[in-house]
Formats: sequence, structure tokens, C-alpha cells
Amino acid sequence: MELKDLYRDVILDHNRQPRNFGRLDPADATADGHNPLCGDRLTVSLRLAGDKITDIRFEGKGCAISTASASLMSEAVKGHDRAEVRELFGHIHAMLTQTHAPVDESLGKLAALSGVREFPSRVKCASLCWHTLNAALEQGGTVSTEAGNEASAQGVK
Amino acid sequence: MSATPLRVAPATGYDVERVRRDFPILSRTVHGKPLVFLDSAASSQRPLAVIRAVDDYETRSHANVHRGVHALSQEATAAFEGARERVRRFLNARSTREIIFTRGTTEAINLVAQSFGRARLGPGDEILITALEHHANIVPWQMVRDATGCSLVVAPIDTAGELVMEEFHRLLTPRTRIVAVAHVSNALGTILPVAEIITAAHALNVPVLLDGAQAVPHSRVDVQALGADFYAFSGHKLYGPTGIGVLYGREERLAAMPPWQGGGDMILNVTFEHTTYNELPYKFEAGTPNISGAVGLAAAIDYVETLGVDAIAAHEHSLLAAATAALNDIPGLSIIGTARHKASVISFVMAGIHPHDLGTILDAEGVAVRTGHHCAQPVMDFFGIPATARASFACYNTLAEVQQLAAALRHAQEVFG
Repeated sequence: MELKDLYRDVILDHNRQPRNFGRLDPADATADGHNPLCGDRLTVSLRLAGDKITDIRFEGKGCAISTASASLMSEAVKGHDRAEVRELFGHIHAMLTQTHAPVDESLGKLAALSGVREFPSRVKCASLCWHTLNAALEQGGTVSTEAGNEASAQGVK
Repeated sequence: MSATPLRVAPATGYDVERVRRDFPILSRTVHGKPLVFLDSAASSQRPLAVIRAVDDYETRSHANVHRGVHALSQEATAAFEGARERVRRFLNARSTREIIFTRGTTEAINLVAQSFGRARLGPGDEILITALEHHANIVPWQMVRDATGCSLVVAPIDTAGELVMEEFHRLLTPRTRIVAVAHVSNALGTILPVAEIITAAHALNVPVLLDGAQAVPHSRVDVQALGADFYAFSGHKLYGPTGIGVLYGREERLAAMPPWQGGGDMILNVTFEHTTYNELPYKFEAGTPNISGAVGLAAAIDYVETLGVDAIAAHEHSLLAAATAALNDIPGLSIIGTARHKASVISFVMAGIHPHDLGTILDAEGVAVRTGHHCAQPVMDFFGIPATARASFACYNTLAEVQQLAAALRHAQEVFG
């Protein structure tokens, strides 16, 4: 377990200066994410052209991992459609949870998050923004890292 | 406002290195570094005396209690009831009928909420708590409120993390049916002025429950001197096992309360038409209890009293003072909770570094602190923060560990540049 693998320069940079920070108004889709274990909250708002994400903003309060992950995600998904985002989320999820699998270098800057998998207590910090984006693309509402603590409010925009 | 300070005795003669040798876990390493365990407010470690007492009981004497005529059942019953007497002496209760074993503080508070609260509260009645409470002293009362239609009233705190006593006195009214407050705040360490609270409540004939989970490890508690109607605490914050705790209740209060769980052990006679409940304290102990837990708790109390509660408190107080000074010396660090009278708990936040990141960086240095809302989300909301990092000090912590905490916090600042 190496702290340097977790807090890489890319992570620290995106934590200090998060990209695409704020809220789109009006937005075509929004969702709130909450990690009740550590109190992290974030809101993802999107502009869509058909199936494609044309703009994205996020705002909220969170740890460095959750802030940097959301910032990196916002850069990575802009210009991509639902199917591409779903596929990318699949790669990210595998990277965060499969301890021994090689890191998919095609993920580019997102690969900086691979150190998180050595810190099981922090995986949810990195994945919260992706679940929130997913919710915004699906139906909006609220997602929680702890199912049942905050029931997902389907269809609420 | 008057507050009850911890009784501070001189720390001379307190040999912390010897104390540390009593706790086998303290010799292990974490991530290749010596363990610096500063999370005893969440759960303290066990001395060998407790581990051995539980082991001896399991190895030699286990059987069900209050049941059989055979030797093991009698030994188990003697151990279990001996533990009850040990707790009675520890709290200076009048009688073992006033000592109910529970799973912990949470179950003890739920017992009072369900048995005392549900039976006699209704619309127009009020339960008075404070803004400092742990969720365990909020949610059980909300459940009673929702079931009975009574109101839950919350006395506010100030920016130092102290209860605003003028407001408490204003909110304590003839409508108040019970006052339930922490003796010591788990999130901030504030020691509440419980003597003043109890005097004021009793002047209106209102019973008082104290959540003593964080107080018992740090101060001598004499329930008769305090005059508390109910006092709850957990074994595992007092160097004892998990899954065992105590509700002390004044006998006349408990006698007037219905059982809250039904089952074996809490009955004298059962037919399908009618059940006669057992006498105190068994009326409130349905089912086979945590016998080994009670044995371990008694051993933990023996251990604490051998070290001396006052000596432990004095030692912890010196650690708290050193930690407060060391942390105040770190630029960008803010201590949350600056009450005049505190137990050895320090909550803090650091500019630019989320508590969760602090927790991970400290852990990599072998330093275990709690990060998060500490089961006290309303306290976090009051200070407008999602979480804090919290260091808590116990009988086995050292001044060197305080310095290691400070060094690890400075290291975190370096990591975050």
C-alpha cells in the first residue's frame, strides 16, 4: 500500500483545481449523489444533444479522491454518447475493484485513479460521481453509495 | 453556567509504559509502522486481564444462567451475577436490581425509550434532548415521537460546542416528560453540566437519562451522587468486550415500567392466558444474555479501578492539553469543539484537506483516527462541515503518540502540497 499511488499529482491537481466545476442552468439532466459514510455530496448536471453529452458540470463537497474523480470524469465523458459512457464506466469499475488486473492504459488520465484499489475504504469515493452520472443519464434523482439509506428517487428531476 | 470538570489528580506515578504492556494489540504494526491507536472513543482496546477472563469463562465455566442445577450452570450464574454486583459497585447503585445488562448503550437507551416512553407519552408531551447527541440518543426518541405523537425538543449548542444552558432551562417546561442527554459528547468531547441539568429537571419532577458511553471511561460516575434516573454505558468503550452494556435505572422508576422484550428469563410463570413477569432486573433481560461479555466487563472494571479512574483521567487530561497545544500549532488546522470542560477527545478539520483524506494519510503512518460524522450528523450540520477527523486518548496513549499525530498531520500537508 503506497500513499503515492493514491495521491498522484494528477489527482492532487484535479482536487485543487477541479475542471467543469459548477452547475448547468438550464440542464437537460441532473442527479445528486451522496456517500452517507463520509458525507460526500455531489450534483452532476448535463446538456444533451440526442444521446450525446455536450456539456457537463459537477459541484459538491468531497474528499480529494471524490473531487478528482468527478473532475477527471467530466473531462472524459464530454462529447460521448450513453453507450460509450456506459462502457467507460465498466472499465473504471473494473480498474477500481479488480486488484490484480492490469490497468487499462487506454483510460488515459483516468488511469491515475487506479491506486484507489489498494485502499478498499476509498473505492466508493472514486465511484460516487460515476453512479451519479449514470443516474442523471437514466432518470435523474438521487443515488447513494449505501443502498437503502437514501432511496433513489426515481423520475425526480 | 456550572459544569462538572473531570476530577484531576496529579499524574505522578502513572506508568504508561507498564499500562501499554497490558494491551497485547499495541505491540503490532500497521503498514509497517508502530500502531498509534487514537480511536478509543469509538472502541477501546482490551487488556490481557479482560481477554483472559473471557477465555477462562469460555474454557471452564460456560453454561446457561439461571437454569440448571448442574455445576456449570451454577458457575456461569455466579459469574454473571458477580459481574452485575461488580457493575453495581462501580456505579455505586443501591441494588443489583437497578443494573440491567444490555447489548450496549444503544440498546439501553432504546429500552428506556420503548418501555418508559411509549407507555406514558402522547400528544402535548415533550422529550428534551440536546444538539450534541449521538444518533443513539436521537433516533430512539424519534421512534417514540412517531409512535405516540409527542414532541422531540432539542436544546441548542454554541460555537464552542457547549450546551446553551439558558435555552435548556427555557425548554425544560411542565410539558417535558423526560430529559435525555449525553454526559460527554462523543463528537466534540464536551462534558455537559449534568448536575445542573438533573437538579433543574428534578425540580419539575422530570426524570433524566444520561448517555454515559463517553463519560464512564474518563471519570468516576456515582449514580447516587449524580441523582440520574437512568444511566447507560457500553463495555467496549471501557476496555471491555463488544455486545455488552449496562442500563442503570432507579428501582422505583424501573419497577413502574413494563417489559420491552418478551421471552425466557423475564418471566415467573407463563400460561397461554397470562404471564407473570419476573422481578427486577430480570424483567428487562429477555433471553439468554451475553454471559461472557458480562464477565469481560467485570474484568475491565477491575482493571480500570486498579489503575484508578482518577489517575487515568489525569493522564488523559495531560494528553488532551498536549494535543490541543500541538494541533493549535499547525497552520490551517481548526479544532471543532472548544468547550471549557472536555474529555480526551479532539475533533478537527484542516484547510484544503478533507477529513477522509487525512484519515487515509494518517493510517499510512500507523496513526488510527476516526473520520466522518461520528454518528452525530446534527453536530456536523451545526458547524457547517460534512465531517471531522477525531483523535481520542485513552489510558494507554502517550505524549510521544501526540507528537506522532502532529507529525503525521504535517506530513498530510506536505502530501497535499
